[in-house]
Amino acid sequence: MDLNFSKEDETFRAEVAAWMKAHLTGRFAELKGRGGPGDEHSFHDLRHDWEKHMATSGWTCVGWPKEDGGRGLPIEQQVIFYEEYARAGGPGRVGHIGEGLAGPTISAFGTDAQKKHFLPPIVAGEELWCQGYSEPNAGSDLANVRTKARLVNGEWVIDGQKTWTSLAQNADWCFVLCRTEEGSKLHRGLSYILVPMRQPGITVRPIVQMTGTSEFNEVFFDGARTAGDNIVGEPGDGWRVAMGTLAFERGISTLGQQMQFRNELDAIIDIARQNGRDRDPMIRRRLVDAWIGLKALRANALRMLSKPAAAELPREAYIYKISWATWHRDLGKLAMDVLGPDAEIGEDLPYDLTALQRLFLFVRADTIYAGTNQIQRNIIAERALGMPKEPRN
Amino acid sequence: MRFAFTDEQNMIREAARGFLAECTAAGARAKGIADPKGFEVSLWRKMAADMGWAGLIIPEAHGGLGLGMVELAVLMEELGAALIPSPFESTVCLAAQMLLISGDDIAQSEYFPRMIAGELTATVAVTEPGGDWNPTLTKSQYVRRGDDILLTALKHYVPFGHSADVIFVVARAEGSRGENGLSILAIPGDTAGLNRRSLVTMDQTRRQAAITCKDLVLPGSALIGEEGQGHALLCELTRFAGTALAAFQVGAAQRCLDMTVDYTKERVQFGRSIGSFQAVKHKAADMMIGVESARSLAYYAAALADSQSPEFPETASAAKVMCAETYFKVVADAIQLHGGIGFTWEYDLHHYFKNARATEGVLGIPDAHRDMIADYLQLSR
Repeated sequence: MDLNFSKEDETFRAEVAAWMKAHLTGRFAELKGRGGPGDEHSFHDLRHDWEKHMATSGWTCVGWPKEDGGRGLPIEQQVIFYEEYARAGGPGRVGHIGEGLAGPTISAFGTDAQKKHFLPPIVAGEELWCQGYSEPNAGSDLANVRTKARLVNGEWVIDGQKTWTSLAQNADWCFVLCRTEEGSKLHRGLSYILVPMRQPGITVRPIVQMTGTSEFNEVFFDGARTAGDNIVGEPGDGWRVAMGTLAFERGISTLGQQMQFRNELDAIIDIARQNGRDRDPMIRRRLVDAWIGLKALRANALRMLSKPAAAELPREAYIYKISWATWHRDLGKLAMDVLGPDAEIGEDLPYDLTALQRLFLFVRADTIYAGTNQIQRNIIAERALGMPKEPRN
Repeated sequence: MRFAFTDEQNMIREAARGFLAECTAAGARAKGIADPKGFEVSLWRKMAADMGWAGLIIPEAHGGLGLGMVELAVLMEELGAALIPSPFESTVCLAAQMLLISGDDIAQSEYFPRMIAGELTATVAVTEPGGDWNPTLTKSQYVRRGDDILLTALKHYVPFGHSADVIFVVARAEGSRGENGLSILAIPGDTAGLNRRSLVTMDQTRRQAAITCKDLVLPGSALIGEEGQGHALLCELTRFAGTALAAFQVGAAQRCLDMTVDYTKERVQFGRSIGSFQAVKHKAADMMIGVESARSLAYYAAALADSQSPEFPETASAAKVMCAETYFKVVADAIQLHGGIGFTWEYDLHHYFKNARATEGVLGIPDAHRDMIADYLQLSR
């Protein structure tokens, strides 16, 4: 074990910091610190321009292999990149679903033609993606997906409904988990199909969340079409591909997320020092415990990322989602308690909330999406600890 | 940057695990508890000399293996899992580490060879009645008389202090206050006039002693390191030994989780193994989340120590808090999930439960470490 960065790595760190300092300026300056949890709606078009601007200097898909058009950075430098990005106040990335989920899945399971077609626009920051998994009756029970796709004259025709689809309103493409075998049940008969979002057969209806904003959407497929080649893996192999995508959610970008968390915690500690609530022993204790918890998250992420890819998921990877989600949810409440009565007061009419208010509200989603805390515990118990499975009807 | 174990570190773990499994099978815990010394001398010789554990962190120049905090953490994790009484914590994590930090070459040359050979056990006596680890509260004091030192000390809760061959006592120069004037004095355990009393400890795997002396005459050479520099030395020792102890607690907590998972798979009620019930599974999952978080933090603190990172002090405190509290919570839940059997004397869990409580406050209670982090974060007190 050696936690020191090499000289080369430190040079790289300086390079990233300098680039951010030079480029997150001018019209991009107002993006600093924006687009985080509960703020995904803000400055979308400008953030998209920023994404493309980053791409011109090769700062998108930094962890992708070079043959996929990425920068091929070793893990150490990916860590540095995400740290420096967050340290500089880099805005929430609009391309993260393509870069973090769709791209790696296509790279791992897709054909050469698919890679050639789909990866370059992701790297260029041009095409944005969304994830079509959850449905009204397939939430935690994801295998209960009912959206159907059938081949008609060499094209997939899709009918059904997805929900809780993040950023669908801005997406160019959706990877849709759907049933391609009539009458199939559970994990069998599902396929992983790539569908263009901007077409008459698709209707996106934003879901207004408790924040008053809409990151999530309902997506209706009514005879939506996509080319017959736009299937990743074989028909019926969709569950395996979809689970592969979920594994990519634990990528290096989690370290960038942690820098974001660190910025949030620092802001809350600052407020406590200024308004004197740090003198309350209970508040002080909670601030310290939040700091300890974040250290543990970082240590856990570094431990997870330092392991070579293996068939068996390491234990620290199993606990990762529930750990950060629970930590972040608790941070939201702590922010409000540190603010005291000011926690109630927003920015502007009609319902423009402060960053910490948005944080407080949005983090309730963290322990629900991408596997609720309850599902995470089932997975940990059954897969990591090998406890007996729930009897199924 | 690499946050993963080397092959050599993994070999240290495997060797320790295999050796300790054999010891456990041979009833080593019960034998150690029954021994008046609180551990088996013959087993300690094997651990210290044959396995090379006593010299793990002692530099090669002194005949040791010259390894670092990460290797120590690996070994402590395995020792925690096995929970076999031994003077490893007091001799290696406290005494040898203290001598290393002191930079006192003469003292190192005197004690290290015998430690490595398993011929000398040692401990560091910091706490006094009240039990606070904070060395600034030290009341034991000494005066100089010519070349000699006269020591009057009242030390309490000293780990394996009743049987240690040498005790490194923290005392202050008469009239000094606070962080000033603190020094460390070496006293052979069999010195006439040194009263040692073995205390009855609830945790039988980790004996403690009360040590008193009045105007005990020591040679000037009893002073370890530089006179009056004890406070800084002990702060650093607290971080290193605390990180080692955190790893020990992780290993012990993992063993409690393993026992629980095995038990809930086998125990049948309502016609199903109880491990198939979500109420049981979710508690077990929470135990694992706790153990893995604590493990990540303990490894991280250890790696920071070896990387000489400025992040180490506050991270060591963080690991100390999280590992101590997780251990207690996990073993408490383990007893709950075992039901009645977990409450019995014959079953192993009570040893871990008692050890979790006993080690929680060692090297500073969690809230004391929280205060250190609060200071680092510049929060008002």
